[in-house]
Amino acid sequence: MYRHRPDEPPRTAALSRRATLVTGIAVAIFAVVFLRLWYLQVLSGDDFREQANDNRVREVRVQAPRGNIVDRDGKVLVANKTQLALYVQPRDLPKPGTDERSSLMQGLEPITGDSAAEMEAEISRVREESPTSPVILAQGLGAGKIFFLRENRDRFLGVTVERVFTRDYRQGDIAAHLFGNVGEVTAEQLDLPRYGGLEQGDSVGQSGIEYEYDRFLRGQPGADRFQVDALGRPTGQLGSERAAAGDNIRLTIDSDLQATADGALGSFGLPGAAVAMDVETGEVLAMSSAPSFDPEIFTKPITEGQYKSLISRQNDAPLANRATQGLYPTGSIFKVVTALGALKSGDITPDEIVVDDGVLKLDTVVFKNAQDAVFGPINMSDALKVSSDIYFYELGKDLPYAKGGGVIQDTAMDLGLGEQTGIDLPAEGDGLVPTPAWRNRLYNDDLTDRPWTDCDNVNLAVGQGDLQADPLQMAVAYGALANGGRVVTPHLAQSAETVTGEVLEEIRPADKRTVEVPEDARATILGGLERAAMEEKGTSYPVFGNFPIPVAGKTGTAERGFYNSGLPVPDQAWYAALAPADDPEIVVVVTIERGGFGAGSAAPVAARILEKYFNLPITPAIAVQQETPVE
Amino acid sequence: MMEAARATMTMEVPRGGIAERMRLPYMDGWMLLAAVGLIVCSCVVLAEATADDVAGSPLFFVLRQISYGLVGLSLMLAIARIDYSRFRELRVGLYSAMIAAISLVLVFGAAARGSRRWIELPFFRFQPSELAKVLLVVSLAAFVIERTRRGHDPKQTARLLMVGLAPAALVFLQPDLGTALVIGVITIAVLFLAGVPWRHFAAMGAVLAAFAGLVLVAAPAVGVPILQSYQQERLTSFLNPSDDPSDSSYQLNQSRIAIGAGERTGRGEGASQTELDFLPEHHTDFIFAVIGERYGFVGAAFILSLYALLVWRTLRLLTLSKNLYGTLIAGGIAAMLMFQVLVNVGMNLAIMPVTGITLPLMSYGGSSVLVTFMAIGLLQSIHVQAQLSARDRSGAPTPLLR
Repeated sequence: MYRHRPDEPPRTAALSRRATLVTGIAVAIFAVVFLRLWYLQVLSGDDFREQANDNRVREVRVQAPRGNIVDRDGKVLVANKTQLALYVQPRDLPKPGTDERSSLMQGLEPITGDSAAEMEAEISRVREESPTSPVILAQGLGAGKIFFLRENRDRFLGVTVERVFTRDYRQGDIAAHLFGNVGEVTAEQLDLPRYGGLEQGDSVGQSGIEYEYDRFLRGQPGADRFQVDALGRPTGQLGSERAAAGDNIRLTIDSDLQATADGALGSFGLPGAAVAMDVETGEVLAMSSAPSFDPEIFTKPITEGQYKSLISRQNDAPLANRATQGLYPTGSIFKVVTALGALKSGDITPDEIVVDDGVLKLDTVVFKNAQDAVFGPINMSDALKVSSDIYFYELGKDLPYAKGGGVIQDTAMDLGLGEQTGIDLPAEGDGLVPTPAWRNRLYNDDLTDRPWTDCDNVNLAVGQGDLQADPLQMAVAYGALANGGRVVTPHLAQSAETVTGEVLEEIRPADKRTVEVPEDARATILGGLERAAMEEKGTSYPVFGNFPIPVAGKTGTAERGFYNSGLPVPDQAWYAALAPADDPEIVVVVTIERGGFGAGSAAPVAARILEKYFNLPITPAIAVQQETPVE
Repeated sequence: MMEAARATMTMEVPRGGIAERMRLPYMDGWMLLAAVGLIVCSCVVLAEATADDVAGSPLFFVLRQISYGLVGLSLMLAIARIDYSRFRELRVGLYSAMIAAISLVLVFGAAARGSRRWIELPFFRFQPSELAKVLLVVSLAAFVIERTRRGHDPKQTARLLMVGLAPAALVFLQPDLGTALVIGVITIAVLFLAGVPWRHFAAMGAVLAAFAGLVLVAAPAVGVPILQSYQQERLTSFLNPSDDPSDSSYQLNQSRIAIGAGERTGRGEGASQTELDFLPEHHTDFIFAVIGERYGFVGAAFILSLYALLVWRTLRLLTLSKNLYGTLIAGGIAAMLMFQVLVNVGMNLAIMPVTGITLPLMSYGGSSVLVTFMAIGLLQSIHVQAQLSARDRSGAPTPLLR
């Protein structure tokens, strides 16, 4: 026993001081640890509980089916079909660069049909935009591939197969230009309030009606929640939130009328457009553009080549909706605008006679009627009937203009030309009503060869020159003339409805403005147009002379300049019709590029549309022999 | 319940009876309570948290931990019976045995994750570096008393420092940075309580700082890495945490989430962080996070209180011990326990780096449990001897719990 060895140094006060210090250190250590524990568990426990749940809970987005698009009678135009898509969740995949990763990606090659490198590129592209989002690698998988994936689940950790919806165009390719396409929401879009609550990988309308009414059509995506372990292996279902289907959009389009318009317009094989609109409400009953395309192509990944061919000039850019984006000089259908302006300004009265001797000289420039016609003494109604250019050239010469406008320009702009109509389609054209100020500005900037002259006003009076308008704008202008001056806002949708047909929102855009249309001016112009369609020697008499419903119609033939080769581009045909002539309900405007005389190509298309509208037997296509009309 | 315990445990024990011969009446009952409480809690936690870890045998870890605990308790009782002062004579033998054991592992040890720490025994993989901690306390304290009898001169201090740092260096070579640090801390604590002057510690601090600079900055800069890259990463990553699972700060982050998610009263079976393997090593290094997540602040604070009790009873021996040798042993063991609790719990709470230091008596593992019980046996021996000498002076029996 070595108890109390005498040579052992005695314990001293110094030792007990040091012992106290060690005890102090112990107290400090426990204090720090307790405080930290208190901070983590009691003060910020809720945050960490949330993080722990984020860790273990995987949410798989369940896409909502989009609402249907139906026509005015409820006939389904666009619905959904389901496909199976292959998703990967990047954070659950083996780490990039490992053997497991490359063998997994190689295993996917026969399923997606893409190379491992292509798939990795897609994964990193999406990761860059949205680091936590799943990535779609393939769509439309067949049953065999699905079974293979299910049976080999363990080999494909992080890979899932989900049901996705794609659009189903139930009426073939009618109204292809109106619906627009649905696509994955982009990173830029996700920053916009319009796309709040969406995630990478969700689908939204990217153009057309799909874009315009996306908030109704989109629906509310749901989620399947399940628990996963640290390797991302599912360990149990935690519940799910049902996806809510989108609401339906009921269009103002009458699908039968639309089919007729599409067919009649397409029968020429030339680019063009047709619009049929209710003159009172602005409801668009049919809107066609040629050439057309099969909207189905946007339901699958589209190749660059396909897309290019849809917008290429050689193919006449089938993707363009010429009814709202085709900006052209309108030719003589503009004459009603000049007529209204002239009558309102008091420059001329309805009965005032102008002698049309076939020629108008302005300085050195000589203006003539088409085909050198001479109509003699005529009043306004006559001038509209036979479409005398000289009569309107005279008005153009006489009607005053100033820097920023003029009688013709102001009237045109009041009627909605030179600005967007406000239709519920994106990417609408503005058009152009040329003014002296506009041309002189271009001239000062060396963008054109000459400043504004009287000749420009003369050309504008007959819808030539720099004027640019699309068929829809002309329909709105004609509609305003017919309804007593209300410049309506045209629209394609009439209501948003639930699946059960309950109306959520009526879509009735307010009129843009009301312009003064004196009753005698309206009567003179509509009368002249009715005579043009229904009376012998009227410009569209060959087409409408025997039409059972009185029609007021105006032909137009616009010069389109020259090809690069120096040859003239064939004239563009126009026709604008109001029917019935005594109390118009519907306005139809048709234009056909390179269609020649308005009465030859555009008027027959309008006739088919009106026949359908009034439930008349449809005249077989191109039945009208083109007699040489005088214009 | 406390009253009942007091009643039974203060019972008069007949002189010469089995309890008296086991020195039970002279042991520190509170310390025993803390140690037994911790090992019981460990078994309970392992039973709940590791049920799915080894397919087909849900009690794999529990049964082993129970047997380590029982063997450990026996060792503790055995050591408590011995007068620790005898070990002073054996200092050279104990020290040599320790150095031999650590060296052996460098030669024959089983490698795990690039480091050799174990010696494979028939039933058990033995980790000599754990045993080294206790052997060093006992032998270093003896050396210190021998050497500092005639005051403290810097040379003596340096030699004694070498005595402590030699095993630390060998353990570091395994490489086992955590245990090397524990050994270093034990050495410092023993020297400190032995009365080594402050200025010597100041010099040590300066050398240490220079050394740390050399190891962490200068040597890697000239292309001679002294720390393994994972060690360096572990030591520095807690300073700049990230969410990348490939990063070692991932563990710290997941551990912090686990403990925080436990909130006040824990998540029970819904302890997803530790149950679903977001946090690795949940039965060893990160068992405190399991407690924190499953049982919340209540459970974690209870375990910490047991450690506080254990440390308090140990520190009490610094002044209670009948001789300086006992004081130094108690001081070394106190330093070991405090440092291990601080570093391991601190790592679980994400305020300390990942070093692989176990939580005494809680972490699963035979070597750690046995060695901790041996250390507590030494503490009990110090207590017993203090009691016996007090009794010799006063003749009155003392209650076990007081």
